[in-house]
Amino acid sequence: MIYLQLLWVFIKIGVLGFGGGYAMLSLIQHEVVDHYAWMTTTEFADMVAISQMTPGPISINMATYVGYTAGGFGGSLLASFALCLPSIIMVYFVIRLMTSKKTGAFMSNLLKGLKPAIAGLIFAAGLSMMNAQNFVQIGKGENNISIVICVLAFVASYFFKANPILLIVLSGVVGYFVY
Amino acid sequence: MKIIWQLFSTFFKIGAFTLGGGYAMLSMVEKAVVDKKQWIPSDEFWDMIAIVQSLPGVFAVNTALYVGRRIAGKKGAAAAMLGAILPSIVIILLLATIFREYRDLPVVERIFKGIRPCVVALILAPSLRMIKSAKLNWKTAVIPVVTVALIWWLKVSPAWVILTAIAGSVVYALIINKKVRQKEAEP
Repeated sequence: MIYLQLLWVFIKIGVLGFGGGYAMLSLIQHEVVDHYAWMTTTEFADMVAISQMTPGPISINMATYVGYTAGGFGGSLLASFALCLPSIIMVYFVIRLMTSKKTGAFMSNLLKGLKPAIAGLIFAAGLSMMNAQNFVQIGKGENNISIVICVLAFVASYFFKANPILLIVLSGVVGYFVY
Repeated sequence: MKIIWQLFSTFFKIGAFTLGGGYAMLSMVEKAVVDKKQWIPSDEFWDMIAIVQSLPGVFAVNTALYVGRRIAGKKGAAAAMLGAILPSIVIILLLATIFREYRDLPVVERIFKGIRPCVVALILAPSLRMIKSAKLNWKTAVIPVVTVALIWWLKVSPAWVILTAIAGSVVYALIINKKVRQKEAEP
């Protein structure tokens, strides 16, 4: 049963995942945390950090991690494969259609139209993770270091395009000394 | 057979050594496929990338599948794809096993307490940059706001939001196509 669920969830994500790994975050979060409860919101945040710091496509990393958590070794292979399956079908059966200039122009217009919604999708995934589980002592006033880390990392990433891996390592070091 | 193995090992190296997701690996793929092995001419490669970028799914996997298929048919596609994802699977399996074993240690918990708010920032920042680069006007600015409200506040499944957005975008893309054709038709 868990295998079927993993298969279905990640095929869906492979079909609807326009715009790169981050765009899939919201889809994965909804299924994995809210719908099937395979992970808590904290585990999800930890998984994103680990997937970000590990080489390879972030979405494959996340699929493997989710699959492993939900269904062990078999689950991890199945989830990664399911994520690739729509792409495999696309390349095997409709390669002509997909690589024609006309379809290409149509798809790129489609993506342009989707972009504002995808951005909203990613933003919503971030907002959903801003909770008491991921932010220590939020709102209690005695320890707002979580918020400080978040704001500083945001500024470094948004304005200075700082390396995400460096930011994760730095905030890990801060966490080690503060908590 | 040799080319199949080369495809596998080329994409394996790319999968094992690129940090920072799909787009970071693009220059590595170009170097390997266009410059070093000269499998595909540069202009054809970039035409293909432009199309692959707008397709759904994992960008690195789509690229591997297309390059593999183009050079060595279906077997080539399978070899390139396996090469691209195998390092991820092996490394994540190792890390996940270790992490689940030690995550309750106070040291690990302290480090991750620091990391979690940073992860949130790393998700919010690129989404805002994306909104900025989409050059929204007061009409289209409604789209990301409504998307966030639906998913975050009303807990609507993102799948439905994407499907709705696709329907809207198809209409938009058709209109743009029509406008382009009308312009071309004009003398």
